Amino acid sequence: MWSYALRRVLMTIPTLLLVITVCYLMLHATPGGPFDTERKVSAAVMANLQAKYHLDLPLWQQYLLYLKSLLQGDLGASFRYADWSVNELVGNALPVSLAIGGGSLLISVFIGVALGIVAALRQNSLIDYFVMLVGNLGSAFPSFVIGPVLILLFAIWLSVLPAGGWNDFDPRYMVLPIALLTFINVSTIGRVMRGSLIEVLNSNFIRTARAKGLPLRTIVFRHALKPALMPVVSVLGPLAISSITSAVVTESVFSLPGLGKLIINGASNRDYTLVLGLVVLVTVFAVILNLLVDLAYAYLDPKIRY
Amino acid sequence: MLFRSKQKAMAEAMAANLSMAAVEGRSPWADARERFLRNKAAVVSLILLVLVVLACVFGPMLLPHSYEDTDWDAMAMAPTWHNLHLFGTDDLGRDLLVRTLIGGRISLMVGLLATIASVTIGIVWGATAGFLGGKVDTVMMRIVDMMYAVPYLLIAILMVTLLGREFYLVVLTITVFSWMDMARVVRGQTLSVKSKEFVEAARAIGVSTGSIIFRHVVPNLLGIVVIYTTVTVPGVILTESVLSFLGLGVQEPMTSWGVLIEDGTGVMETTPWMLLFPAAMLSLTLYCANYIGDGMRDALDPKDR
Amino acid sequence: MSLLQVNNLGVQFQTPDGLVSAVNGVSFELQAGQTLGIVGESGSGKSQSVLAMMGLLAKNGKATGEALYNGQNLLTMSPKQLNGIRGDRVSMIFQDPMTSLNPYLTVERQMTEVLELHKGMTRREAKKRAISLLEAVRIPEAARRIDMYPHEFSGGMRQRVMIAMALLCEPEVLIADEPTTALDVTVQAQILSLLKDLQRDFGTAIVMITHDLGVVAGLCEKVMVMYGGRVMEYGSANDIFYQPSHPYTIGLLGALPRLDHDGSELVSIPGNPPNMANMPKGCPFSERCTHVSELCVGTLPPLAASAANPAVLRACHKAPAELKPSVEVVAHV
Repeated sequence: MWSYALRRVLMTIPTLLLVITVCYLMLHATPGGPFDTERKVSAAVMANLQAKYHLDLPLWQQYLLYLKSLLQGDLGASFRYADWSVNELVGNALPVSLAIGGGSLLISVFIGVALGIVAALRQNSLIDYFVMLVGNLGSAFPSFVIGPVLILLFAIWLSVLPAGGWNDFDPRYMVLPIALLTFINVSTIGRVMRGSLIEVLNSNFIRTARAKGLPLRTIVFRHALKPALMPVVSVLGPLAISSITSAVVTESVFSLPGLGKLIINGASNRDYTLVLGLVVLVTVFAVILNLLVDLAYAYLDPKIRY
Repeated sequence: MLFRSKQKAMAEAMAANLSMAAVEGRSPWADARERFLRNKAAVVSLILLVLVVLACVFGPMLLPHSYEDTDWDAMAMAPTWHNLHLFGTDDLGRDLLVRTLIGGRISLMVGLLATIASVTIGIVWGATAGFLGGKVDTVMMRIVDMMYAVPYLLIAILMVTLLGREFYLVVLTITVFSWMDMARVVRGQTLSVKSKEFVEAARAIGVSTGSIIFRHVVPNLLGIVVIYTTVTVPGVILTESVLSFLGLGVQEPMTSWGVLIEDGTGVMETTPWMLLFPAAMLSLTLYCANYIGDGMRDALDPKDR
Repeated sequence: MSLLQVNNLGVQFQTPDGLVSAVNGVSFELQAGQTLGIVGESGSGKSQSVLAMMGLLAKNGKATGEALYNGQNLLTMSPKQLNGIRGDRVSMIFQDPMTSLNPYLTVERQMTEVLELHKGMTRREAKKRAISLLEAVRIPEAARRIDMYPHEFSGGMRQRVMIAMALLCEPEVLIADEPTTALDVTVQAQILSLLKDLQRDFGTAIVMITHDLGVVAGLCEKVMVMYGGRVMEYGSANDIFYQPSHPYTIGLLGALPRLDHDGSELVSIPGNPPNMANMPKGCPFSERCTHVSELCVGTLPPLAASAANPAVLRACHKAPAELKPSVEVVAHV
């Protein structure tokens, strides 16, 4: 188990390195330096700026410097917000994204698993139809369609919640974004959980458990839940990645000052270091999440012993 | 010589027959078509999707408005029969129906091109890895794993930021992150076909490798390729819409469903139809594409369910 | 009163093609300590009969008739009552030991939960008892291996675990659904002799379901032969083996390889078992029977005492005497 974990951790390094390198090279291969489009500055100022951002060094040295600062946890300085480092910008935005994204992921795992269990145990009941409906809607209606509709409904027509914005973790501003992300995640988790639990309940070892006279509760929670959760665990990795996508969209829909908003602003301002820093940061997040999911899977499945 | 090549052709034909595995002379494709046609939801979805495509292609030619001309008579007009603004107009007086259809053209076109590109890459990548096996396979599949671990939207944002927002660049960006499913599936199928009896039989008779690939492996990949192609289409259309919605897709005056939805979101308080119609069109398309994908899966791979 | 008395048991499944009858009119009784063998090809309804008794039919299945355990009908009692009996007084082992144990729980957990539930033991007492049962089914190093997961055991060992698990509460009835089918021949023999020993030690009555007549011969006192969801012949093992009086039983015995009859060829029964969704109107075996007459095709033969031996019940229109000459013919084909 430990050697597997170690190998799995080491395997993430090439992934991270590849992403960073490709992004870095792509950024530097782009014609036109970051200061070209701005108003004309004198040669001396230009040289100063170049020196400040190490643009005067050969590419490989810049790259190594960047890697070094990354290792020290420094994402560099922003090209556009001269007074801000990328770290400071991220520091302000990250809590917002974590509260919305992380919060909804946690909520949706619980709701999704619970709904999936009920739907599987009571097939063709109302809850079952609900889970299937949510699953269907979630796969056909993207977040940027549902989001505005939610705003239209709750903020504009019913005026019970704010249409967007952020007010220092005021829950009223968090309800709709979290609800949206939760809906999207539950549509996947609920569907997977329902399907896998139905399959497990039809398996031979559940028949054995019934033959032993165990009550339904014990059968479901002791015998069926863990095997049925395995597909849910393995879908959490891809789900976390796509959550990042829907989080970016959600932040844009509800004008939240999170990482998604930051990266879109960075992209439209051509703030290269900011975008690169965010890509690196989120990639690290994603890779770590995937790693955790894989380790959890290996831990849960007694048949996998590395 | 002549006799030998004839013998070889016969042997190949026999092996090919084996590979199709049709019991009573019914081709598996006819079977699949019948199963698909029995699936009401999939058939209805297919009809609706064809209607959407036809409307997007021919609709703008038939309607009296162009997608960029202002109707000074009707600014921000709710849906009306007046001047045939069936979806209403936007705040610049442009006909929303025509704009939605034109936007659909772009969305569907991006979907089509990116699907073709990513399916091609996926097949070549997966078949190569599966057929060559060994170290090459390991390395190629490790790259696929890496691609999966990457938060693709952010890299797509980076690419679009750096490369620009031309139509073909958007297609390229989407393609880069859409081929891995197909590669994985094709590799798996190639591996399993490679070890099947009929391929070994063909090899034992002395059929060349190229011939084995095209006569035996490729036909057996077709089913799974068709399934995953239909699954890729909605995913690709969705990615395009997300990019457009974030303001990183095709640029004005060109438009797409994502762009229209983004425009609509900004003004939904006063002119909600600007949001609802493009959103409905996109969702209808995705919904239909999903059902067709399910129908294809059930039809071509019945043991899966 | 018999320990187990089954009267006119039937099983129907609701399928997309309509209601399918898998079992019809099965009746038998079982006394304490006795062994009954239920024999038939796959699809003859033998497994579904016992699954119905245990309340383990698939969701679309429905059982009719009655299955009385000490006078209580297992088919109509509440789930709670049934759970009090299953695993405690009546227990069951299954055909496929590879998939019948929960791969996610240790053997210890899967065994102790039975004792905690039915005997109210503590986990520690239960574990002690479980280890002693594992030793009884001759699992080496039971005290250490009990904490392992099923996948760490071989197929034969898993079936021993299943047997030990079924015997934990010293049940009065053990239902064994093809317990040796999935195992190697040598392991089969070990498992069977194990069952015999355990029956002697625990006094458990056994219902042994099998398609292997060798298993029945070695273990059972009574034999019920099933075909197409119906009982063809029912009697003592001796009578069924030495004086088979039903064409299907005769066919089955002809298909059995024997060491003492070298030279004579194995005879297979021509044709395939009938399609459950489309059963013949008359005798289910009529399509494959060499003695078939118009009566057989049109009318279902009732299960009745044999004219030759009243202790044997048989469902055939032909008198036992009529079958004799053809037996020779069949045997020499």
